[in-house]
Amino acid sequence: MTRRSALDWSVQPPYLHEPYRATVLRAPKNPLILLPQSLSEWTGPLYGEGAVRPLDNDLTRNATVNGEPLGERIIVTGRVLDDAGRPVPNTLIEIWQANAAGRYRHRRDEHPAPIDPNFSGSGRLLTDKQGEYRFTSIRPGAYPWLNHDNAWRPPHIHFSVFGTQFISRLVTQMYFPGDPLLALDPIFNGVPDEEGRRRLVASYDHSVTQPVWALGYRFDIVLCGDRMTPFEHRG
Amino acid sequence: MSSQTPSQTVGPFFHVGLIRAGQELLVSERIRGQRILVQGRVLDGAGAPVPDAMLEIWQADASGVYNHPADPRRAQADPEFLGFGRAPTDPNGEYQFKTVKPGRVPGIDGQQQAPHINLRVFARGMLIHATTRLYFPDETANDTDPVLGAVPDPERRSTLLASAVPGEDLPTYRFDIVLQGEKETVFLDFSL
Repeated sequence: MTRRSALDWSVQPPYLHEPYRATVLRAPKNPLILLPQSLSEWTGPLYGEGAVRPLDNDLTRNATVNGEPLGERIIVTGRVLDDAGRPVPNTLIEIWQANAAGRYRHRRDEHPAPIDPNFSGSGRLLTDKQGEYRFTSIRPGAYPWLNHDNAWRPPHIHFSVFGTQFISRLVTQMYFPGDPLLALDPIFNGVPDEEGRRRLVASYDHSVTQPVWALGYRFDIVLCGDRMTPFEHRG
Repeated sequence: MSSQTPSQTVGPFFHVGLIRAGQELLVSERIRGQRILVQGRVLDGAGAPVPDAMLEIWQADASGVYNHPADPRRAQADPEFLGFGRAPTDPNGEYQFKTVKPGRVPGIDGQQQAPHINLRVFARGMLIHATTRLYFPDETANDTDPVLGAVPDPERRSTLLASAVPGEDLPTYRFDIVLQGEKETVFLDFSL
């Protein structure tokens, strides 16, 4: 019987994607060894409310020194679901991003754009019982990188999500709708499938937008695996 | 069925959101078991160290129990031991974790698995993480482990075995991760 990977490789990017140059020496060349899951894969780290502090989900307030961060305020919300469409509650999401000028607060970021003293670009949140999350931030700027001539990363927010199993782990990037840089970006286009790429682009949601405050975006996330354990299935 | 959200690279600046002091220490005073150090380097296809990779580990406690509801023995789990750790590589591509040696874990169909640490590597230049396992040298249980047994070539299988570093205060195991090339680490994928 042919076994199929729990990861959907028609949607997930390959290791080697030559237009993204850094993959060339970092892509494993041997095929992955496909194995049945065991307790080691059905389990994974679980986090409770102690994992986040009150301001962790508000990047406009969690690192202020002498004022508010500059830029366009945004609210990002969405649901985390498993492969079977069930919500994943109480799962930890970590986010990080550049500031409005396209600069990360990182010693290796040499882009000559200003640091914002009131913006760290880092946040943490848990999904609620319905698998929903929400955070407030600043729309990140585009920034140049050295991959190819005149290369610019489209504005994006990095997401790290755990799910409930070892195999449900996902690190990804959320992009903004209507961005002309998306078509030129080898990281975004490393996703082989059009529907998959569409999944990485948030949608503008006017019902999330808060009057006289911030623009709203919706970004749903579907994890590999299924939060019901095999024991529950068998039960 | 909904289609999965695709993975994207952690990029070079993941420290901003993911790295906090102490994440590479899985042990505290009250945790049971033999303390060990796990250390190594991440190397690319040219043999160069990868200074901007991040490793995550997930493991059972000293008695082989996972602190998770899917483990039917969870009531016996060491309550202080989460079993998760995270470490970035340094400019020389080196990483280190301090943890406890995990016990044997039940496999499927009544088989026992040898003690192992589940490990994932993320990096700039990796659009999706790669998954592998660290096994301990000189474990007789390795001979019947189903995952090691799934790698028939002994040279490739040896990439899943850490080596003991002699003469250290704490038992220390070295486990290099070679992303590409002659000594490429065996990377794993799991079926539905």
